[in-house]
Amino acid sequence: MATTPKAIIMDEVAISRAMTRIAHEILERNEGCDNLALVGIVTRGDLLAKELADRIEEIEGVRVPLGRLDISFYRDDYGVSIAPKIHETHVPFDVDGKRIVLVDDVLYTGRTIRAALDALMDLGRPSRIELAVLVDRGHRELPICPDFVGKNVPSSHEENVRLYLKDVDGRSSVEITDVSEGDRAGSAPLGGDER
Amino acid sequence: MSFGHKHLIDITEYSDSDIMTILETAKAFSAVNERAIKKVPTLKGKTIVNMFNEPSTRTRSSFELAEKRLSADSLNFGGSATSTVKGESLIDTVQTLNSYKIDMVVVRDKHAGAPYIVTQHTPAAVIDAGDGKHGHPTQALLDLYTIWEHKGRFEGLKVGIVGDISHSRVCGSLIPALKIMGAEATVVAPGTLIPAEPQVLGCDRVSYSLDDVLPELDVVYMLRIQRERLEGAPFPSLREYHMLYGLTEARERLMKPDAIVCHPGPINRGVEFDSYMADHPERSVILDQVYAGICVRMAALYLLLGGADNGLAS
Amino acid sequence: MALLLKGAHVVDPALGLDGVADVLVEGERIAQVGESLEAPEGAEVIDLAGKYLVPGLVDMHVHLREPGFEHKATIASETRAAAKGGMTGVCSMPNTNPVTDNGTVVEYVRSVAEREGHCRVFPSGAMTKGLKGEIISEMGDMVAHGAVAFTDDGRGIQGAGMLRRCMDYGKMFGKVFMSHCQDEDLVGEGQINEGPVSTKRGLLGWPAEGEEIQIARDIAVARLTGAKLHIQHISTARGLEMVREAKAEGLPVTCEATPHHLFLTDECIDETFNTNFKVNPPLRTAEDAAALRAGVTDGTVDAIVTDHAPHADWEKSREFELAPFGMTGIECSLALIITNLVKPGVIDYGRMVDLMSVNPRRILGLEPVRIEAGSLADITVFDPEVTWTIGADGYESKARNCGFDGVSVTGRATDVFVGGRVTLRNGQVC
Repeated sequence: MATTPKAIIMDEVAISRAMTRIAHEILERNEGCDNLALVGIVTRGDLLAKELADRIEEIEGVRVPLGRLDISFYRDDYGVSIAPKIHETHVPFDVDGKRIVLVDDVLYTGRTIRAALDALMDLGRPSRIELAVLVDRGHRELPICPDFVGKNVPSSHEENVRLYLKDVDGRSSVEITDVSEGDRAGSAPLGGDER
Repeated sequence: MSFGHKHLIDITEYSDSDIMTILETAKAFSAVNERAIKKVPTLKGKTIVNMFNEPSTRTRSSFELAEKRLSADSLNFGGSATSTVKGESLIDTVQTLNSYKIDMVVVRDKHAGAPYIVTQHTPAAVIDAGDGKHGHPTQALLDLYTIWEHKGRFEGLKVGIVGDISHSRVCGSLIPALKIMGAEATVVAPGTLIPAEPQVLGCDRVSYSLDDVLPELDVVYMLRIQRERLEGAPFPSLREYHMLYGLTEARERLMKPDAIVCHPGPINRGVEFDSYMADHPERSVILDQVYAGICVRMAALYLLLGGADNGLAS
Repeated sequence: MALLLKGAHVVDPALGLDGVADVLVEGERIAQVGESLEAPEGAEVIDLAGKYLVPGLVDMHVHLREPGFEHKATIASETRAAAKGGMTGVCSMPNTNPVTDNGTVVEYVRSVAEREGHCRVFPSGAMTKGLKGEIISEMGDMVAHGAVAFTDDGRGIQGAGMLRRCMDYGKMFGKVFMSHCQDEDLVGEGQINEGPVSTKRGLLGWPAEGEEIQIARDIAVARLTGAKLHIQHISTARGLEMVREAKAEGLPVTCEATPHHLFLTDECIDETFNTNFKVNPPLRTAEDAAALRAGVTDGTVDAIVTDHAPHADWEKSREFELAPFGMTGIECSLALIITNLVKPGVIDYGRMVDLMSVNPRRILGLEPVRIEAGSLADITVFDPEVTWTIGADGYESKARNCGFDGVSVTGRATDVFVGGRVTLRNGQVC
């Protein structure tokens, strides 16, 4: 059963524009891409990180190291629920001394980012970590603030804000839906709609 | 969500997709085990008791390491000075452990069915780490993981299990697990080491001759011969056993070019293998099995203890 | 005091009785049997309309555990259980501590039973001293003190020569030799029937052949010595066939079967490793159980016994391989036979009385009991229609290790008289 979105807050073009802007901002903030690396959080942050790496390559002509992080083993809600599938964590470079931009799709409570920070620190000692998100929907429960934001989207707890990407879901958009009973706020499973 | 199983005892209660979930999760833990910091905080605050009522260094060490790498508090209870040796019943021992407020018990016992008894007297999750001649599910899972790593599939794979089938707890779990995954098991042993109607475990074929079946096997799984217990009873001598069932350099020519060799350890050189086969760089995956043991046990602990609706009292 | 038992359906195959009649008991004997008997002055009249009245049941294979194992059970507790199950008498097994291998222990068992018992106790004595299979026990002394049979129940005598000596010596006393058939070298540490189930459970197998070898041997030695042989708790189809052939040959061979071997199989032993199903000989296959039931019908099986084997809860609540063998059953054997054999029409009540009353007495050489004037007033009365759940109201036995616990059955003893004395009244042990 497809969930009908209440609103589409970013379409493919808007997402693309935001990604381009974020790529520029990252380069600007870091004065180029020396020592820079991108790490995306599965299951869509990793795809966005790859997008950003592509943009940076277009702009600077340099391919920055790219990694992927599954934060399942670091979640603070392990006792409540476990992910149906664990994805491969693949950070094929030494993180020690790197300036790492952590990339996620939707920033909400901040708990995922907390887990990602711990996961990243277990891989080594980066010189700094910045955070890029496509959407910041507010409602932080931890003192975490993004460095690069595609779009700020005010939302309520009764809503889900989800990113869909053409490559895995068949469409690229950021959508708001109502949270149904027993549903969890978070990324949609790959392949589009739930259920 | 949660994994949907509270205990890991009877492998036949697990579906092929349950087993694949364990293997895929084990793969994720393999990445953890390859890192400089081989530890994740997942089981912080969980208490796991390794209740080993019979001596076992390898399995216990493997569980202990898996627990520590998941940040659980683990307690080794047992060994030579077990309370059961002092006359306390298994049930009374379990009730004592419950007072420690534990989340999981890993049970090794020389008697079949002991893990089930434990489940009846504790709210904690239970993993069977080997019970009598009955089962040893984490061994079966680590074997499957190793086979999967090397062969990439199970369907249609021909696995020969050679040696002491009748006294083997490994067979009680491995043969059904292979069946669940779609592989074909053949047991190879002298009649004295084959239990009544081994087909009920899920094997497709029984043979007395290793030479007959070796040419078609993708996986040759050698079982340990307990030399102290068996020499002179089910077979006349270790020499003759090695002659008939030993995997040797001379026998290698009968094997498929890509056939691999497994053994649950500890190995007896000169009995199950000669050194050429035990150390064979392409074929012998015995040390991979040991490594897989850590990954698979981490996966089992992670899956059984996670989620709110896993049957465990909060 | 006289008792008038009115209106019950009386079944006594020895007399061809199968209909409603009144039974007048005076003292320890039956005074009169007939229609519409008048109650003598002062007689107590008990209305038994709708009930069945039969010669008192005897379970010829029971472990009372006393002396020596009073933590499991006592003569008082297990004879209460026997009365509850409708029994007027039991044959006690000699694996007590000290072993019942001399007249002193026989005398002890009888005197405790006399003082505290709720049914008659007929002690059997060991064939060999200490049940060790080495030296003939003092059979003469035991007979002098009231032993009714000889057995090394719990293990078989391993040497054929030893068995022959026991039989050749003991046959002068005219008692039956009862054999527990188990070849120890073949059976070893076997836990359950050898087959698919033992393989699945990872338990050592106790092969049928381990029993059959000794059945064959014991029949041969009985032929050689001329002694009376009774095969205990027979459990295999082939073993039963050997008994059938021995009978056809005219040898003095009889056998008994338990409800658990008739109605349960090794498939009961699942991944929960319920130790109540750990019995010796082990539960066999469905084919074996069916063959035993056929033997009950055709007369090859002479007696239904329970091998009632009480154990303390902590002894049974253990790892399967550590738990002792044996289940209790004396409180439900009558119900199980009615439910599984009589109600489905496999046997009639007459055959049931043969199996549970007439034949056990005959095999043990006891005074016959008939529902006729002059006979001992050992009488069992049961309600054939009441449905109940085994163990739901607990057990009279000190032990609870009944493999039929929780099973719904039909038929239950309501009243039992032993020598004219009431031991069970309206289902309550007196």
